[in-house]
This record gives sequence, C-alpha cells and structure tokens, in this order.
Amino acid sequence: MSTHSVTAANPAAVLHHFDTAEQQRDAATLGMWLFLITEVMFFGGFFTAYICYRHYYYDAFVAASHTLNIPLGAFNTAVLICSSLTMAMAVHSAQLGQRKKIVTYLLLTMLLGATFLGVKTIEYADKFEHHHVPGPNFSFPGVENAQLFFSLYFGMTGLHAAHMVVGIGVMIPLLLAAMKGKYTSDYYTPVENFGLYWHFVDIIWIFLFPLLYLLGGHLTPGGGAQH
Amino acid sequence: MSAPNGSGETHHIVPVKAYLGVFAFLMAMTVLTVVVSWVDLGIFNTLVAMLIAVAKAVAVVMIFMHVRWANKLARLFVAGGFFWLLLLFVLVMMDYFQRAKLGY
Repeated sequence: MSTHSVTAANPAAVLHHFDTAEQQRDAATLGMWLFLITEVMFFGGFFTAYICYRHYYYDAFVAASHTLNIPLGAFNTAVLICSSLTMAMAVHSAQLGQRKKIVTYLLLTMLLGATFLGVKTIEYADKFEHHHVPGPNFSFPGVENAQLFFSLYFGMTGLHAAHMVVGIGVMIPLLLAAMKGKYTSDYYTPVENFGLYWHFVDIIWIFLFPLLYLLGGHLTPGGGAQH
Repeated sequence: MSAPNGSGETHHIVPVKAYLGVFAFLMAMTVLTVVVSWVDLGIFNTLVAMLIAVAKAVAVVMIFMHVRWANKLARLFVAGGFFWLLLLFVLVMMDYFQRAKLGY
C-alpha cells in the first residue's frame, strides 16, 4: 500500500490516513455533499419566505410574476441544462483521462454559464427600466405588496447568479490544471466535485423558473385569482 | 449495478447515452412545465409544476451527480439533507398557514 505524501508531482497519491484511493475519493465526495446540503438550507430560507408570502399575497405575486419574461426565462433554463450536460461530459472525459476533451467541455460550460448571466443582465436592466426594483423608486400601480415578490425575485435569482459567477471563477484554475494534464483517470476529484456544485446550481434554477416566472400563467393579470 | 464500495474498485463510469437521456428528459420537461402553466388546473397548477421540478431534480441528482452509484453513506447524507429541508418547509407552513386562517 502506498502511503507516501501527496506532492504536486503526484496528486493521486493516497494520504496516510486513508487505506485506499477509493476511500480517499469517497471522503472527498462526502465532504462536497455536506457542503451542498448547507447550500440547500441556505437557499431553503429564501424558498420558505417565498412559500409564506406567496400564500399571504397570492394576487400580488401573480400580477408581479406576469411582468417577467417567460421566453428569456425558458431560454436560460435550456442554457443551464446544456451547461449541466457539458459539465457531466467534462467529468466523464476526466474519468477516461481525455485531457483535451476535459478542456473543451469545461470551456463550453463556462461559455454557457456566461450566456446565462448575460441574459440575466438583460432581464435585470428591464426591471430597472420599469421601476420594478425594490427601493425608493419602486412603482407597481394598483397592486399592493408587489414589492415583496420583486424582493424575493432579486434575492433568489441574485443569490443564484452569484453562485454562477463563483462557479465560472472556480472553473478557471480547473481549466488551467486540466490543460497542464493534472487530471488523469486515477485522479480527477476536483473536476468531479466541481461538477456536483455546478449541477446543484442547475437544480436551484429548475425550481426558481416555475416558481417565479410561471406563477399563475393561466390567470389574467390583476384579477380573478381564487387561491 | 453494484454499489462500488469495495476497496480498490474504480468509480462507475456512466455511459454517455445515460447523460443524453437525462438531457432530453430535462428539455422535454421544461417545455411541458411552460405549456402546463397556461392551462387552468385550479390548485393543481402549482402541484404539477412542482412535480415536474422534483422529477427534473431527481434525474440530475441520480445521474448527473452520480448518486445512483454512490455508496450508502453518501446516499444517506443526500437524503438527510432533503429531509431537513422538508422539516423547514412543513413546520413553517403549519405555523404561517394557520395564522393566515385566523386572520393574523
């Protein structure tokens, strides 16, 4: 059993407190999942606030939701799903030790992530233009409490976008390491664990899209909400 | 499909076909959730939207995030995390929804 220390030259080496490389990898995966669970609870607070206020001010939420751009939201959902696929393929390439493919798929994932953020910028700019940003200049005539919806909209999508920015940032050192050929079929833990993070961010959006954009799509804005 | 928790075994390599399958499923479900939101199902609109979202999330967690092939401890962590989230939702909803009924 190899028990020599991890060096830059041999990152795949098993640390002395692990019995096998498999155990070392499992420990890293478990740690990543633990972090992701804290992230789930972090976003969970926002989702809980959404559930409560939506229950209290349903009509205002429906009216405010109708101002969001569904085609752009749906397009961004598709972009994120594509980025999840390219990320899964990056991990897959790492498992097979295909250096060039890891680099290509990581670059594609970054590009799709940047596309998502670009579309989000267009949507945010539109909200500023229409005075739908919570604050002193907020204006939504005829509907009380619409500001609550937009506070949650900016809080939730903003936190999500921040996670995307961090994700793209983390991909830069991963990309450089992949270019240097640091990841092999024996050692690709950073790529795999980053993949878990990226998929988690995708899952958050999977819930944000119907909750924020598609709320009461069958109802006419501003009237007739029954529930 | 065996749980790869034996020592020395390499990680399960998921075939590309499975990834493409999940991708197609996620895309189809996205279209479905938009279309369904335009149909009036009464209180069931929210239920259907959330069922679709949960189905998408489960597909991502199981296949993209490899939980289907993870060892039992990792699966327990994942399930525990979502159980804790459910506790947060259910207990808070029990409180606030009752208050809403009482008119607070």
